[in-house]
Amino acid sequence: MSHNDTTFKYSGTVGMQHEEPLLFEHAHEAPESISLPGVDGVISAELSAFSRKQAANIPGLSEPETVRHFVRMSQWNHGIETGFYPLGSCTMKYNPRVNEQVVRLPGLAHIHPDQPEETAQGVLELMYELQGWLGDISGLPHVTLQPAAGAHGELVGLMMIRAALDARGQQHRRKVLVPDSAHGTNPASAALCGMHTVELKSGADGRIDLDELKAHLDDDTAALMMTNPNTAGAFESDIKEICQLVHDAGGLVYGDGANLNALVGIARPGDMGIDCLHINVHKTFSTPHGGGGPGGGPVVVNDLLAPYLPVPRIEKHGDRFTLAYNCDTSVGPVLGTPGQIGVYVRANAYISAFGRQHLHKIAEDAVLNANYILHRLKDRYHVPFEGLCKHECLLTDEIQNKHGVKTLDIAKRLIDLGFHPMTVYFPLIVHGAMLIEPTETESRETLDAFCDAMLEIADACEAGDTEALHEAPLKPFRRRLDETQAARKPVLVWPE
Amino acid sequence: MTIPANLKYTKDHEWVRIEGDIATFGISDHAQEALGDIVFVELPEIGREVNAGEAYAVVESVKAVSDVYAPLAGEVIEVNEELEGEPEKVNTDAYGTGWIAKIKITSDASVELMSDDEYTTFLEE
Repeated sequence: MSHNDTTFKYSGTVGMQHEEPLLFEHAHEAPESISLPGVDGVISAELSAFSRKQAANIPGLSEPETVRHFVRMSQWNHGIETGFYPLGSCTMKYNPRVNEQVVRLPGLAHIHPDQPEETAQGVLELMYELQGWLGDISGLPHVTLQPAAGAHGELVGLMMIRAALDARGQQHRRKVLVPDSAHGTNPASAALCGMHTVELKSGADGRIDLDELKAHLDDDTAALMMTNPNTAGAFESDIKEICQLVHDAGGLVYGDGANLNALVGIARPGDMGIDCLHINVHKTFSTPHGGGGPGGGPVVVNDLLAPYLPVPRIEKHGDRFTLAYNCDTSVGPVLGTPGQIGVYVRANAYISAFGRQHLHKIAEDAVLNANYILHRLKDRYHVPFEGLCKHECLLTDEIQNKHGVKTLDIAKRLIDLGFHPMTVYFPLIVHGAMLIEPTETESRETLDAFCDAMLEIADACEAGDTEALHEAPLKPFRRRLDETQAARKPVLVWPE
Repeated sequence: MTIPANLKYTKDHEWVRIEGDIATFGISDHAQEALGDIVFVELPEIGREVNAGEAYAVVESVKAVSDVYAPLAGEVIEVNEELEGEPEKVNTDAYGTGWIAKIKITSDASVELMSDDEYTTFLEE
């Protein structure tokens, strides 16, 4: 291998990678690997009408071929354990191995959601303890662990807000204010909760504009949904005044906790005036969650909303833990089981590894790492909002646009250079956005390698050497995918 | 980028063509270019009353999902059903076959409308 090979320079992704067809495209005629016991006589005359008319079309692969198929597919994947994964607003932090040791303890790994609570005291204690941690970290002492992920937490939080307003006889308050920088789940959750949303235009600095907020607050306002730090990576420095304005108008403040990583151990949403917050425990407190799961979206609330928490609630009576279902004011159960135990175990392990004295290092190192990247790239990539960032930094493709290169080209080229792309084209308020979140778990060497790759891309643009950028990615088995065609004319069954 | 002279424009990058008491709505060339390839358009129901500034349709591109706001108030009388099968018309012909809806104007209510020159200046700012 040439030492000039750009791939080798940063992360080294050349090697024995295997092209792999779909299972059905393997060229076997008969399902030779499948040897089912004889079924003659097993199917009764009554059922024979339901037997298959056509062959089941099971691919005829041997066991090693089948295993290799899935292992090779997994090798095409990229995860935080393969390399750097700076996906903004997603907190793709490393999941320490000790978490996996703990979560595989038989008493935790083999627990069943329906087993009697007297046989699940250990898990209930762990959940109770995690509730305590989350209450302390957020400054919102009442906790439900149940929601299965962040967006589910948003819905549950809004259900509680709605219940509290209804209890005040304010059934007309159904308007939810959402900044235009918000995560798309925010307005979706409000709509699912039977509310309607009004978009707040961000100020010139990417933060909530107080005059814009005041103009939209009225007697119909149920809540403001906000993320702090916001999706531009900036701290909402007017947060106390924002909460006061909403409260004075009779509304409540919902906090989207997706960006809690910037605050852990340093500042508490409850102290800022936020009434209700979901915490993405799978992000902030580690759990491998690429590909859509598993997640956990516990919701923490203040005294005002506590009566409306879902059931069952974990209660401690002496040394015993119980699941309490009896509460008239509750919004009811929101999940078929008490929750995602594996996520809670990992979150508890991650928090306990730092301990109360050192939790602040999570936020400090996450913010330091993001600012390090910002500092190294700010002269070569356009920075839409001046100043220090929090746990993620925001750049745009404005400078590269002059050379005909767009954010998508930069993102795809990063794949060739061995890095998972950052979040692109979000937040929507910034044209050509690139949102980079390194998290606290990366070393300076990793950050430098990523920055070097980004600078190489900037160099190529300025030198007019843009062909590879438009063609990228050049190295993977699948080149630039036709996302437009995939969205317009998706092929969802095989064979067509 | 084209900005036809016979249309009015909004700050949210919609265009409107007013012919008598009928108005045709769409999104501007700038809007379709900023959104990227459009993959889906959610059309309003015929007969729906829309207020000026109210979201009446949704366009989804590979980058983002965006509300489309009504420049004027009125009753939806026709929608461009061809967009259901060929949303790309919004990209290729934003002011023509990429129109989204027609309304019967029912009041004087309107968001701030700009001429082609004013919109050109607005885009440059």
